[in-house]
Amino acid sequence: MSETSAPAGWELVVGLEVHCELATRTKLFCGCPNAFGAEPNTNVCPVCLGLPGSLPVLNRRAVELAMRIGAALHAEIAPSVFHRKYYFYPDMPKDFQISQYDAPINRGGRLELPDGLVVGIERAHLVEDTGKTTHVGGTGRIGGADYALVDYNRAGVPLVEIVSAPDIRSAAQARAYAGELRAILVATGSSDGRMEEGSMRVDANVSVRRPGAPFGTRCEIKNLNSMRSLGRAIEFEAARQAEVLEGGGTVTQQTRHWDEDRGVTLPMRSKEEADDYRYFPEPDLVPLAPDGRWQAEVAASIEPLPAERRAALHRLVGGEPTPAQADQVRSVVASDLDTLVVAACERGAPAPLALVRAANEVAADLTRAPDLDPDAFAKLLMLEGSGELSASQSKAVLAELLVGGGDPAEVARRLGFEPMDRGALDEVIAQVIAEHPEDWARFVAGEDKLKGPLIGAVRRATDNQADPAAVARHLDGLRAARA
Amino acid sequence: MSPSALELAGAVRSGERSAREVVEGSLRAIAGGDHAIHAFLEVLADRALADADRVDAAVAAGSDPGALAGVPVALKDNLCTRGVPTTCSSRILAGWRPPYDATVVERLRAAGAVIVGKTNMDEFAMGSSTENSCSGPSRNPHDHGRVPGGSSGGSAAAVAAGFVPLSLGSDTGGSIRQPAAFCGVVGMKPTYGLVSRYGLVAFASSLDQVGPLGATVADVAATFEVIAGHDARDSTSLRAPAPDILASVGEGVVGKRIGLVTELVDGVDHEVAARVREAAEAMTAAGASVEEVSIPQFRYGLAAYYLIAPAEASSNLARFDGVRYGLRVEAPDVAAMNVATRTAGFGAEVKRRIMLGTYALSAGYYDAYYARAQRVRTLVSDGFAYAYAKFDALLGATTPTTAFALGEHTEDPLSMYLSDTCTVPASLAGHPAISVPFGTDRAGLPVGIQAMAPALGEATLFALAGALERAAPGAAGGDR
Repeated sequence: MSETSAPAGWELVVGLEVHCELATRTKLFCGCPNAFGAEPNTNVCPVCLGLPGSLPVLNRRAVELAMRIGAALHAEIAPSVFHRKYYFYPDMPKDFQISQYDAPINRGGRLELPDGLVVGIERAHLVEDTGKTTHVGGTGRIGGADYALVDYNRAGVPLVEIVSAPDIRSAAQARAYAGELRAILVATGSSDGRMEEGSMRVDANVSVRRPGAPFGTRCEIKNLNSMRSLGRAIEFEAARQAEVLEGGGTVTQQTRHWDEDRGVTLPMRSKEEADDYRYFPEPDLVPLAPDGRWQAEVAASIEPLPAERRAALHRLVGGEPTPAQADQVRSVVASDLDTLVVAACERGAPAPLALVRAANEVAADLTRAPDLDPDAFAKLLMLEGSGELSASQSKAVLAELLVGGGDPAEVARRLGFEPMDRGALDEVIAQVIAEHPEDWARFVAGEDKLKGPLIGAVRRATDNQADPAAVARHLDGLRAARA
Repeated sequence: MSPSALELAGAVRSGERSAREVVEGSLRAIAGGDHAIHAFLEVLADRALADADRVDAAVAAGSDPGALAGVPVALKDNLCTRGVPTTCSSRILAGWRPPYDATVVERLRAAGAVIVGKTNMDEFAMGSSTENSCSGPSRNPHDHGRVPGGSSGGSAAAVAAGFVPLSLGSDTGGSIRQPAAFCGVVGMKPTYGLVSRYGLVAFASSLDQVGPLGATVADVAATFEVIAGHDARDSTSLRAPAPDILASVGEGVVGKRIGLVTELVDGVDHEVAARVREAAEAMTAAGASVEEVSIPQFRYGLAAYYLIAPAEASSNLARFDGVRYGLRVEAPDVAAMNVATRTAGFGAEVKRRIMLGTYALSAGYYDAYYARAQRVRTLVSDGFAYAYAKFDALLGATTPTTAFALGEHTEDPLSMYLSDTCTVPASLAGHPAISVPFGTDRAGLPVGIQAMAPALGEATLFALAGALERAAPGAAGGDR
């Protein structure tokens, strides 16, 4: 992803509104299942259909998950009030949406991205989802369909809307923010974060300005259903606005729709006449004020967050991480393999090796990864680290361990890899030194470029069973002993 | 004098009378007399008889048939009844049959009461005369040229006409107490939150309460006991236990401090005022200490009420859009269909209040109207708090006049609104209040005395109501 997503001479300013569906068993205000993919209009009841006489009752679990998100984003968990947001739309059963407005449950906060950028969080509040309208026949578009079908299964599903400050300056940062937020939602058990199922939906507020100038007029882009759409839509919109401004025009504040196929944003409705949602406090619900004890319980229930987990892995490896290692750390945490890496290291496995095998081979088989025995993984890494197994042998054994488990040494034997014991390797190296006295002498004298040919000779002598890294360490050790 | 609900329940429980016989009597009375009154929108004869048979079977089996065993009850048509049309007297809900029973309906049935029908009302409970009904007005059983009051006019008239001993209504700004006063029956609005609103089609959520109407204070108390109590389906339902109230009806008022509210005596019709003063004297005679108290904040109650209630109504009634249930008037697109349906489906008063409420909540007007009205509401509560620091309960008129003639106020909505002026303060504060018949005016029309008590003060309220009933001239309720 390019970091130069703003048109030349312009600074891009982005704030994201992320709606995430909470991973509750039931809906926000009734006992209907909160489930994706059921037959239309089967997960409904008088309450989520907004039938006359029905009343909402707040789902305690949804409040708890919202507080978890708040705690993970370092927000202040505050007494909050539900409001009614009032507008006519067929997929809203009551023709108003119950949402938090000027008193959200989570106020303020911040999210630190893997590269260290801190994005401010303005609020993260509870709101109920609407139903889903499908336009059928004709053009299939809102204006040209023959009729519309509404599925209310989603109506009343609990959402938390997380609103960032306009602190994002590139499409890449926007994607990194959305990715990190998703990791937090998953890590806190608040949401499954699946964009493809709509359980995480992103709207982007995009504007451009000359560096140092005040914020420009923004457009809100909807329908960003993937990380790819998010990045593309922001880049397109920034270019569009820059072009408008460079042509002497002005940007009109409006809501725009991302057309994935055509790769363009198109206006949805103009905000010239500001919508009047006629918010007022929802009289059917009482104010929400989680007490300190409940808040403390929620804070204590939160598992370590991705940023902390990444930091822990970096500490394990030690030193300044290489870019490759930083990627491996991100991947290991994203795949929930850090506990495996930590467990292997605690059992004596070398951390860099644990990291690379987890990030590559184990992460490639995530369905089986949870069954991988940390003891066996650690043993394998130690065999590889000591040079008793070569890298390719180690990978082959790891593949077997993932499928059928077992003891790594035995698996290696079964695969015909004679684990090279230390003595055997010493013997081969001594023999190679004897056969290449000139190369050895020059290597000892400081010519590092001769290390490669010496390692190659050892590998040839062992049918490629010797691990190059182990041989290199060995050669270095012998040279040091001579010096 | 027809037997009271408690007498009927006693007879059914003891096996002296069958529930079927009692219910048949009620259905006969309705069939014979409701053409003149139009208290009912729907009579559920078959259902009621089947329910009566179940009560009789329970009695025969020796199991407890419930405190209201076999008692015929009428329900205001804004209470949801499973599979039975619930229209709120509105065209927009024509044909809608709720898939569920309101909590109060469940509780009545569990107590052995038999639902005999749904009663007429002002559309969506907006009105004070039952003239705002899409199926035409109900008439006052005491004078068919006069209104029964509203909005629970059908429920009050059904009891006054002797069709049923008990009914349920809903009270937002006086909609139980005012028709009870006009029809000469007892009508009670509970403390906000004591009776579940689940299944009550909302008018103004922060004010609506379901309550009983009956011929006697004891019947009303017994019904209140049955329907009150916490309901997990209503978030505003109080966790307080259902009060054990029936015993307090006979307790009397010896030593009680009762405030006669100046604002609920001065300014009302002089004959009504005269009955109120007589009632106050009667309470002194019964052993209470009665003093006059002015609560000037009450004067602003009506104005605040007519902003808050329409504001909430405009939002509660948004859902009637023709998409999911009730009336739909076809149009080229959804927005046009919404407009056409609402234009055809709502009556003039409902439209007026939706517009009022929409305006009051609009950006730029919210603070001047809705927010300010909420502050006035707090002021009214402060006024009560001041009075209840000195008094156990308060007394005043329920209505400024006795029942007015059909058509008298229909051309002047504001004069109709003034009919709620005495009842609105307790609604705004969420306090319990009751109207008890106390004599008549010269035309022989009933006068209602309103008793009020602090939140959760139902025991005090019913003690005072019982004393008023016993002291009433030619007491219909008698000393039970």
